[in-house]
Amino acid sequence: MAALRRARRGAGSGLCRTLRALSGKKNEYDLLVIGGGSGGLACAKEAAQFGRKVAVLDYVDPSPQGTTWGLGGTCVNVGCIPKKLMHQAALLGSALKDAHHYGWNIAQPVHHTWSVMAQAVQNYVKSLNWGHRVQLQDKKVKYFNMKGSFSDPHTVRGLTKAGKETIVTADNIVIATGGRPKYPTHIAGALQYGITSDDLFWLKESPGKTLIVGASYVSLECAGFLTGIGLDTAVMMRSIPLRGFDQQMASLVTEHMESYGTKFLKRCFPTKVEKLESNRLQVTWKNTDLGTEETDSFDTVMWAVGRAPDTKTLNLETVGVKTNSETGKIIVDASEATSVPHIYAIGDITEGRPELTPTAIAAGKLLAQRLFGQSSELMDYDSVPTTVFTPLEYGCVGLSEEAAVQCHGSDNIEVFHAYYKPLEFTVAERDATQCYMKMVCLREREQRILGLHFIGPNAGEVIQGFALGIKCGATYPQLMKTVGIHPTCAEEVTKLHITKRSGLDATVTGC
Amino acid sequence: MEMNGLAPVPDSYDYDLIVIGGGSGGLAAAKEAAKYEKKVMVLDFVKPTPQGNSWGLGGTCVNVGCIPKKLMHQAALLGQALQDSRKFGWQFTEEVKHNWMTMTESVQNYIGSLNWGYRVALRDNKVTYENAYGEFVGPHTIKATNKRGVEKLYTAERFLIATGERPRYLGIPGDKEYCISSDDLFSLPYCPGKTLVVGASYVALECAGFLAGLGLDVTVMVRSILLRGFDQDMANKIGEYMKEHGVNFIREFVPTKVEQLEEGTPGRLKVTAKSTTGDQIIEEEYNTVLLAIGRDPCTRNIGLDKVGVNINEKTGKIPVSDEEQTNVPYIYAVGDILQDKLELTPVAIQAGRLLVRRLYAGATTKCDYVNVPTTVFTPLEYGACGYSEETAVEKFGEENIEVYHSHFWPLEWTVPSRDNNKCYAKIICNIQDNERVIGFHVLGPNAGEVTQGFAAAIKCGMTKEQLDNTIGIHPVCAEVFTTLSVTKRSGENTLVSGC
Repeated sequence: MAALRRARRGAGSGLCRTLRALSGKKNEYDLLVIGGGSGGLACAKEAAQFGRKVAVLDYVDPSPQGTTWGLGGTCVNVGCIPKKLMHQAALLGSALKDAHHYGWNIAQPVHHTWSVMAQAVQNYVKSLNWGHRVQLQDKKVKYFNMKGSFSDPHTVRGLTKAGKETIVTADNIVIATGGRPKYPTHIAGALQYGITSDDLFWLKESPGKTLIVGASYVSLECAGFLTGIGLDTAVMMRSIPLRGFDQQMASLVTEHMESYGTKFLKRCFPTKVEKLESNRLQVTWKNTDLGTEETDSFDTVMWAVGRAPDTKTLNLETVGVKTNSETGKIIVDASEATSVPHIYAIGDITEGRPELTPTAIAAGKLLAQRLFGQSSELMDYDSVPTTVFTPLEYGCVGLSEEAAVQCHGSDNIEVFHAYYKPLEFTVAERDATQCYMKMVCLREREQRILGLHFIGPNAGEVIQGFALGIKCGATYPQLMKTVGIHPTCAEEVTKLHITKRSGLDATVTGC
Repeated sequence: MEMNGLAPVPDSYDYDLIVIGGGSGGLAAAKEAAKYEKKVMVLDFVKPTPQGNSWGLGGTCVNVGCIPKKLMHQAALLGQALQDSRKFGWQFTEEVKHNWMTMTESVQNYIGSLNWGYRVALRDNKVTYENAYGEFVGPHTIKATNKRGVEKLYTAERFLIATGERPRYLGIPGDKEYCISSDDLFSLPYCPGKTLVVGASYVALECAGFLAGLGLDVTVMVRSILLRGFDQDMANKIGEYMKEHGVNFIREFVPTKVEQLEEGTPGRLKVTAKSTTGDQIIEEEYNTVLLAIGRDPCTRNIGLDKVGVNINEKTGKIPVSDEEQTNVPYIYAVGDILQDKLELTPVAIQAGRLLVRRLYAGATTKCDYVNVPTTVFTPLEYGACGYSEETAVEKFGEENIEVYHSHFWPLEWTVPSRDNNKCYAKIICNIQDNERVIGFHVLGPNAGEVTQGFAAAIKCGMTKEQLDNTIGIHPVCAEVFTTLSVTKRSGENTLVSGC
């Protein structure tokens, strides 16, 4: 396979390499990683464990609004970490409301100050940036704060902010440059006046009355915590929420958000954004259901309409790394190899892979182990669990109901489901209407579990262990043999017994 | 054991099944039997506590166990959440106080709704319920005595004993007169104030934990070790955390007498205690003394001798076969009263349901008591499934087990800068069996939610390799288990640094 690839290689790069080999010039590094995010850093540190000479290039192009950040990539700076912390801030707001039912006397009104939260979050993120720098140092990985682009398959040109150039050569190169939020540049004013998740977490002042455009988990999670901290928030969706996720669960998520206080502008899309004298933003949009044009003003407009890989400046064409023409993502095989030998890619930038930190980290580590540790283990992307951290969280692993039906036919699958009420909601008099779970199984004798979906508090904690079970080929009978832990939400998974097919009421009753 | 799924009930018996004890196990079994159109009766009666306390239908879990415990634990957690919330930008008055009565009323109202719900459920399932004390008087015959002393006799083809347990008293002067137990705590009509908790059971630690979390001055008096029967490494970490969070511990002492200094709600009590390792005597004053030194099965006064059911004379527990049958073929038992079985609500429910299905629906599945997960709801929660480290070493030999472990810091605790490197994850693997995971232990928030899924995976025989191949969900606590690499054997550092 490798030989075939070598034969197919372009003459130009082959000549370059041969020349270098003839001249006896060795590559400076065993491994060069372009992109210091979840995948890149994991790969670099793992390779260093094998005593290899490793370098990492990391550079953040400022956002159109001028936001930039340190080492660590999206997850640490403008993704998972600040997102979960702000989500926690919102959850604590709910906890404050619950507290008085539980006997805590707190004088009303209670209010939230953005800058206190933002500063705390930003300080923590900065400590992580620092931590990563120290870790790289400890593991003797060379770090360059430079933007990289390919000169040839083993040579990368790094540019500092000031324009200083450094040439880095390596035997193996891993591209892990991730993605950045997309701007709907066809909408007037979108680029000048809108922000994205790249900016939201670094705002020094409260975003105020906010419109978030998009139906992605980014959109819903951000809208969720903004609502939770008391801001007037609206989500504008062109069509369905959480495309790609189980749609019944997606509806429950948005239903909860609506009852929680987030406004939804469904089946609408924006046509222009203008700045008013008051410095507020006037957004005009089309309501496709009513066929009308509507308008409202906001303090902040945030675009959450998808993310795109930043590959243009990498010069991939020069070295022949193939990308998907539609998405721009790098095409890789099961071993994360690109179309060019010794050039690999991991993380959000790769085509057909989940855009998740843990998969990038795992892929990066395994890649390093294969390159330098005599391992042959490939990354298993099957049944990767995930969680959407909306006000009522949604955790899932495996197939959605739609996908299972499509794959196996509705006659061949059984869906067990239940509406339940977390014990903590009872005394707090909280609405548990959308607390729901379902398990999609194969109907045939063994009843193997194809997918598990859970909406409720701590969804991620609930799903993690079951994801492992599914990796072990868990079946419905095995789950039923597992005794529940009482009182928890997760125990309801082990008690699922009402099928959708039966049409019976799936509400969990007493103890 | 013969199965009686299809044979008609002899007309001579009043009922197909009489369940003595309307708790988790008893009610689950009763409702299940009714599904198969069996004539079922439930007898439930609560003998008042020495303090005069009683409660409705539902058993320990609903009234004086899991449910109120978890709700009060939640109240304590919310106290911590209030403090954290300031760091996350929430602003409110500095002075925050807890009102015991508000909390207790809310909790009791919820319990009342559950009691009611059970009564309705039994009625809807056409199960006869009597609030009466049941005791055997002869073969197939039981006497039910209600609150007013009215006696009735009933006969049944089969009986299920599910009478559960009640807290043990110390047997020292003043214990029954002045001390309370978990049977009293959750409905106490006044704030307990400065409290001494006697015992080192999970009941003692959970109660001490939430009382401290609500702002009370709490001391735990421990005779020897904490959480006997649990992994001691984890037990000690729980104790350490509680100490660091304001719970006082008096180790290796036992109370010898409790005297009342002043009546009141609460009053003032003087406790005298003696060292277990020397002659030292100490005295201290408390508002409340909570005894949590163990529980005794309610099997001594229900006429078991009249029908020849064997019990363990020392412990009072009933030995049963793996099909929950006692030595008397038509008498079964489930729940906390069983010998050598776990005292947990879900176990009782599972055992009760499966038993009934075997009796009346031709099923063969037995209750699987292996690898039952559990959680201790102390301030730092502890979830576990499978072997403790000690029992694994004992059974397999230290050289044949590998222990992987790690500390972790929940992301939500970073901003309030609290408790770094207190949370801890540990798995125990059997080296000789493909590194199969035989023990799972987690110390951290939402430990129950984390543990449940891993318990299911352990049932599927998960190995370390499969664990490593599972991708973590980020950022949650549970993901730490998917990246465990440091072994205890290596002696390497497990303290956390960054993402």
